[in-house]
Amino acid sequence: MPIDIDIAYVARLARIDLSPEELVRFGGQLGVILEHAAKVQELPTDDIPPTSHPLAMVNAFRADEVRPSLDRSVVLGQAPATEDGYIRVPPALET
Amino acid sequence: MGVPADLTIRSAGEALRSGELTAAQLLESVLNQAARTEAELHAYLTIDHDGARTAAAAADAAFEKGEDLGPLQGIPIGVKDNMVTDGVETTAGSQVLAGYVPPYDATAVAKLRSAGAVIVGKTNLDEFAMGSSTENSSFGPTRNPWDTERVPGGSSGGSAASVAARSAIAAIGSDTGGSIRQPAALCGVVGMKPTYGLVSRYGLIAFASSLDQIGPFGVTVDDTVTVLEAIAGHDPMDATSFNGPVPAFRTDLDRGVEDVRIGVVPELSGEGIDPDVRQAFERTVDALQGAGAVISEVSLPSSSYALSCYYLIAPAECSANLARFDGVRYGNRVDGSTVEEMMGRTRRAGLGPEVTRRVLLGTYALSAGYYDAFYGQAQRVRTLVARDFATAYESVDVLISPTSPTTAFELGARTQDPLSMYMSDVCTIPSNLAGEPSISVPIATDGSRLPIGFQIMAPALGEQMLFRVASAVEHLAGFEALSAEKVGA
Repeated sequence: MPIDIDIAYVARLARIDLSPEELVRFGGQLGVILEHAAKVQELPTDDIPPTSHPLAMVNAFRADEVRPSLDRSVVLGQAPATEDGYIRVPPALET
Repeated sequence: MGVPADLTIRSAGEALRSGELTAAQLLESVLNQAARTEAELHAYLTIDHDGARTAAAAADAAFEKGEDLGPLQGIPIGVKDNMVTDGVETTAGSQVLAGYVPPYDATAVAKLRSAGAVIVGKTNLDEFAMGSSTENSSFGPTRNPWDTERVPGGSSGGSAASVAARSAIAAIGSDTGGSIRQPAALCGVVGMKPTYGLVSRYGLIAFASSLDQIGPFGVTVDDTVTVLEAIAGHDPMDATSFNGPVPAFRTDLDRGVEDVRIGVVPELSGEGIDPDVRQAFERTVDALQGAGAVISEVSLPSSSYALSCYYLIAPAECSANLARFDGVRYGNRVDGSTVEEMMGRTRRAGLGPEVTRRVLLGTYALSAGYYDAFYGQAQRVRTLVARDFATAYESVDVLISPTSPTTAFELGARTQDPLSMYMSDVCTIPSNLAGEPSISVPIATDGSRLPIGFQIMAPALGEQMLFRVASAVEHLAGFEALSAEKVGA
């Protein structure tokens, strides 16, 4: 059976502003996909460790040296809006 | 032989070095082929005429002076548009990045340039590499050069189609769940996913970081080896880059398969595979046996769970990676009165339906209360899949299966049913979960004259054996690639 999810809550977490019709459509599709994905729950895995990465890697360290990086004006030039050397966004807090 | 665009890297290299051909002539032949075919195929999002002509002129100047950077000098190559290119628009097939011009090169691109390659342009893809047909590109689909009513596969459909159509001599793509091998199979070219970490991901726009890997496309196995030799190697800019000796890719190409132990994976070769695909696969298995290979059946019992596992892990990682497309630092923005409103509107307008679906799926799988049941459980199943491979490689050198359960399907056939589209990757996903190398070699065409791909899988860093078997399959099958003249005729 398709899995029922609180799609409006998930869309809010993902910061995607969906219309009511889109919420219904994506919610239905996700329910069907999750029903299939839930197949992973059939396998007994009590003593199986999780794999987050295909290689058995530990941290990669390097010397902490100052090196050239992209020019500040180039990086700011990528932003949709800037002001006085900063990236400008709408208010994050209510004033 | 027809036009220079019909050449392989190897044969073009010989012609360039004997003076029969210049890099400029080779490039013009490739650009001419693109001009003939692009209106219909749409393999490229951007063709960098000026940059490519400058690079070809530099290659000719080097040849003139007796300087030789190796086999890629003067060779026109296509680059999937999810790898950033300094000064050339890079969109990953998404509206959120339309018009974005990166200020640096991905490491794989920089390595191609320093090997003297000529970057023709940026190839089309499913948005952010999410899809199996290139229909999810927000700039319109790519069509299959063998039959333009059909998809080229995906997500690297533009790279595969450009090589098949001879509008590139070779190409690079990225493979997260089959995105190099499946389009290679559907377009009748060779496509290879290296061991995870062998090619730097620096400058590859991330989809699922623990699965993504850059790899080559070519019309021959030999050509894919040449491209891989140029792009492989440790990179301090990618913390997951493999820091050890790179395998000898080419050494055993002509050794044949006598006494090589080859395992047929029943879970990936039987049920659900189209009869034409299965028959072509079995004929090639018989030919390998005739050539002295030791064939056995080797089960990967957890592989039937690999697809479910993948469609939790990949969306989970993508939901985190794509959080950066929020209208703040780069890309396009839709304004709002608060930052949250701006982000919500930007992402609604900038991300297409499949990307939205996967971001939502991943967000759900990682959210409080569901993490253990979905993402955590998928990670434990991933361990089981990797263990199955390890057990299998105790008794065989390589594993084989068809690359794709079907040949190229018609545009629109699977777009309304996400799950049926996901099934396209059922044979290719296990190697990504295990981080192991895998290749697709074209072996035949089906009753509708559509190419069929043969997949070979090997243990991590087992590229030497992988290419050895691939080369043998190529010679046994004798598949004939499209000639430039036949495309769009």
